[in-house]
Amino acid sequence: MNSRILAAVLLILLAALPFIAQATGQSALLSLASRILIYGMAATSLNFVLGYGGMVSFGHAAFFGIGGYVVGILYHHADTETLFWGFIPGTTQMLITLPAAILVSGAFAAAIGALSLRTGGVQFIMITLAFAQMLFFLFVSLKTYGGEDGIIVRRTNELPFLNTRDRAVMYWVVLAITVAFALGLRRLTKSSFGTVISGIRQNERRMAALGIPAYRYKLFAFILSGMGAGLAGALMVNVLRFASPDMMHWTKSGELMIMVILGGVGTLVGPFLGAAALLSLESVLASWSEHWPLAMGLILLVVVLGTRGGLMALVTRLTGGRK
Amino acid sequence: MILFLEQLLNGLQYGVMLFLLAAGLTLIFGIMGVINLAHGSLYMIGAYAGTLAAMQTGSFWLGVPVALIAAALTGLVMEAVVIRRLYARDHLDQVLATFGLILFFNQSIILLFGRQPMFTQLPDLFSGAVEVIPGLPYPSYRLFIIAVGLLVALGLYLIINRTRIGMLVRAGSTNREMVRALGVDIRLLYTLVFGLGALLAGLAGFLAGPVLAVQVGMGEQILLSTFVVVVIGGVGSIKGAFVAGISLGVIDTMLRAFLPGMLRQVMAGPEADALGVGISSMGIYLLMALVLLVRPKGLFMAGS
Repeated sequence: MNSRILAAVLLILLAALPFIAQATGQSALLSLASRILIYGMAATSLNFVLGYGGMVSFGHAAFFGIGGYVVGILYHHADTETLFWGFIPGTTQMLITLPAAILVSGAFAAAIGALSLRTGGVQFIMITLAFAQMLFFLFVSLKTYGGEDGIIVRRTNELPFLNTRDRAVMYWVVLAITVAFALGLRRLTKSSFGTVISGIRQNERRMAALGIPAYRYKLFAFILSGMGAGLAGALMVNVLRFASPDMMHWTKSGELMIMVILGGVGTLVGPFLGAAALLSLESVLASWSEHWPLAMGLILLVVVLGTRGGLMALVTRLTGGRK
Repeated sequence: MILFLEQLLNGLQYGVMLFLLAAGLTLIFGIMGVINLAHGSLYMIGAYAGTLAAMQTGSFWLGVPVALIAAALTGLVMEAVVIRRLYARDHLDQVLATFGLILFFNQSIILLFGRQPMFTQLPDLFSGAVEVIPGLPYPSYRLFIIAVGLLVALGLYLIINRTRIGMLVRAGSTNREMVRALGVDIRLLYTLVFGLGALLAGLAGFLAGPVLAVQVGMGEQILLSTFVVVVIGGVGSIKGAFVAGISLGVIDTMLRAFLPGMLRQVMAGPEADALGVGISSMGIYLLMALVLLVRPKGLFMAGS
């Protein structure tokens, strides 16, 4: 009951943020909040395979980037009025670009997952990293889509009845999608599918003995997770109005992983908390000193060595250890 | 033919570099089960310490011991303060903690020495070029790097296969718990292995100084390739690190040198160059994916 009130208060606060930002003159607050929500979504998607499924993917930025590039490439073709692969016209309608981004990143996740899931452990970490790096270098070498410089998306995708070029409106769109996404994921983790995925993490052999085809379940979880990351990437390009290969660089995969670990592996709210902590810490420290990574590095060290289970564990300990 | 041989030597030199880093990393990984992302920082620290010493004293050779000692000392302190607490943790905590170390070390270097890259003077002895075959003069310093790398490989082979410590190292990478159960002071072994890995990383960093620029972030540039080498070679296997390091070095260099030219014959110049660079950067990752699909544990998995 308590947590429900807390969630409602938080939601109202988040919904009122554009007004708060305007009243206090902190316009940077809005873009920071949008980024936190979007990275939170990507980190939560990663957490679904990493925390619930026990599959440590070090290449999730690939799906984030693919989702972003779908928006970027469709914009590019709409802008230049050319056809993608000779028959697909470009578009700037968000109702088309977002589902397209989800589908395409899901397809990539299916291909990468099908191959990677044949390995396990450290090898799985490295092979997902390898595929992400391959895609990174592929997009760097695509001169049509800006190569290393990426695509500048001059206009945010359009939605019917809404002016998405207004930053506050775009923020509300992101917030609405985030809430829907989080609720959906909560259902998913509590469904029989989610329980099977958790079971596979705990003991794959036992699940196999129960007659559950572990590989197929893991692959399906991986695809869903890739779709989530793709959705986040597509929104990110809409907010930043820019898609570049940097979105799928391996350091981005690392950042997503850090958000998950910092927030709390295998928890629903953890990755959002991790994203909020990392991004706001970054912007606060960066405003103090250009040598902020020094402090950031030390803080990360202290968090890892000092707490087990990330910020969520800290929160549960502070609120009385209700598990 | 001459161009091919030159690129082959370049590849060999890069491969030897990868081996020096991967040898330490694969042992740390195989024996202690720690993913040490900060291995590249030790490489960078070796490069900075050695280069500074060489610049102050004016002698390249004085830089060598300074680089080795600085990297090994940093490694030992790192092991005692941070890594030791990570042995029992899962890989995720190790990734996060050592990523924190990277941020810390990189920024400390910027704070101390700024962002300007530094260059080491070549030692007088190796400043010229040697005619390897008629018509191909090759910088003798690069040959020196190759020779050092091969010597280190030989030395490691002897240590691992002929000494008592080497025996413990081999045993440790096959079955850690059993070694501990037999009453071996595994802590000391861990510290030794970590120090040795740091030493080799420092050596690689200093040797790379005159060829590449000594700058912040140099560690991360080579770290990822090093991990690829470790995984392809098989975690914990020095032999695997050697074979995979040399092959990847040669393959990577060859692709970069010849692929754009080959592509240019079938498509337009700038696009061929861009695509060639892209595909050749992909090369080692493609190779790793293929190797892992065929042999999920790498080529020479220790203890298999």
